[in-house]
Amino acid sequence: METPRTQRWSDYDVDQLLGNLLRIGVIIATIVTAAGGVLYLAQHGLEQADRRVFQGEPPELRGVRGIIGGVLALHASAIIQLGLVLLIATPVARVAMSLVAFILQRDRVFIVVTSIVLALLIFSLTGGVPG
Amino acid sequence: MKLRHQNIADSIDTIQAVSVLLFTALVGGGSFCAGLLGSLTGLGGGIVIVPMLTLLFGVDLRYAIGASLVSVIATSSGAAAAYVKEGYTNVRVGMLLEIATTLGALGGAYLAGRIGTSAIAVIFALVLLYSAYRSMKPLAEHVSTDTAHPLADTLRLNSTYPTPNGFQPYTVQGVPAGFGLMALAGVLSGLLGIGSGALKVLAMDQLMHLPFKVSTTTSNFMIGVTAAASAGIYLSRGYIDPVLALPVMLGVLAGALTGARVLAGAKTTILRRLFSAVVIVLALEMLYNGIRGGV
Repeated sequence: METPRTQRWSDYDVDQLLGNLLRIGVIIATIVTAAGGVLYLAQHGLEQADRRVFQGEPPELRGVRGIIGGVLALHASAIIQLGLVLLIATPVARVAMSLVAFILQRDRVFIVVTSIVLALLIFSLTGGVPG
Repeated sequence: MKLRHQNIADSIDTIQAVSVLLFTALVGGGSFCAGLLGSLTGLGGGIVIVPMLTLLFGVDLRYAIGASLVSVIATSSGAAAAYVKEGYTNVRVGMLLEIATTLGALGGAYLAGRIGTSAIAVIFALVLLYSAYRSMKPLAEHVSTDTAHPLADTLRLNSTYPTPNGFQPYTVQGVPAGFGLMALAGVLSGLLGIGSGALKVLAMDQLMHLPFKVSTTTSNFMIGVTAAASAGIYLSRGYIDPVLALPVMLGVLAGALTGARVLAGAKTTILRRLFSAVVIVLALEMLYNGIRGGV
C-alpha cells in the first residue's frame, strides 16, 4: 500500500516538499500584501471608506499584466493585489509541483489526474470563464 | 441599497462614515475573531466572514465573497502545510477529488455572475444553518479496513495514517459518491466564497470512510485549490477589492494561527455552541435579507 522508499521520490519526500511550498507561498504573499497595505494606509488612511456600492475593480486590478504595471508604478493598491495574486498562485504552484512529483514517480494515472486539475486552474486564472 | 433593519442601518451608516484607517482596523479585528473562532471550533473562519462584512459593515455581497475567498486560501494553505508534513493528508485522494471540486468551483463562480445577490444570500443562509447543525452533531467515525472500492485499489488511494500506536492502514470506500458530493462542495465554494469544509468532510468521512483526522486534513488540503479556481474568476471580474481583502486576509490568517496555538488541550464544547449560535443568527439575518431582496 505504501510507496516503497526505494523509489527516487517517496510519497513522504513529496509531502515535505508540498508542505514547504505552501508555507513559503503564504509567507511571501502575506509580506507583499502587508507591505502594500502599510503604503496604502499611509497614503489614503484618512479618506472616507466606502465599499457599500459595487462598482467592480478597475481593469488594471483585474489581471496579472495590469497589476504588475501598477506595482512598477508603486501604486499601493496594485502591490496589495500582487500579494493576493501570489496567494491565489500558491495552491496552483502546489498542484504543478505534484505533477512534477507524479512524473518522477512515473504514476501515469495521477499524471493525468493532476494535469486535469492544473488545466482547470489555468483556465480559471487566465479568465477563461465568461463574466 | 435598501436597508431593512433600523439598527443595522444605523451601524452601517456609522461604519461607512469612518476613515479608511478605522474601517481597516474594524474589519481586521472582526476577521481576527472570525479566524480565531473558526479555527478553535473547526468550522473555519470563512463561513462567518461574508455575513459579517455584508450585515455588519454594509459591504456589497460580491466584494465580501471575493475577500472571503482570498482569506480561505490563506488559512487553508497555512494549515495544510503543517498537516501534509505530519502524514495525515491523503494527497492522492485529495488530487483525485480536486477534479470534482475545481470543476464545481468554476461552475459556481460562473453562476455567481448570473444569478442575483438575493438568491445567493438565501443559499448562503441555508449552508450556514447546515454548518451549525453539523457542528452540534459531530459525525461518528467509520475507519475501514475492509475490502476497498475497486477504484480505490486501481488508483492506489488506500493509505496509512499516524495514530498513538504507529501508522495504521485504512481502505477507501464509495469513490464515485464521494466524487459527486465534492462537485457540489465545489459549486458552493465558487458561489459563496467559502471553503465548503463541512461538506468535504462529510463526503470523505461518511461516504468514503476515511479516518476523521484524514478527512479533515485532506479537506483542508483541497480547499486552497478549490478556492483558487473560483478566485481567478472573481479577480478577472473585478470582485476582489484590495483594500477590503487586506484586513480580511491578514485578520483571518492571524486569528487562525492564534487559534491553532491555543487549540492543544482546549475545551471547545462551549465555544462550539457559542459559535453555532452566532452562525444561526447570521443565517436567519441573511435569509431575511435575501427573501426581502436587499442584500
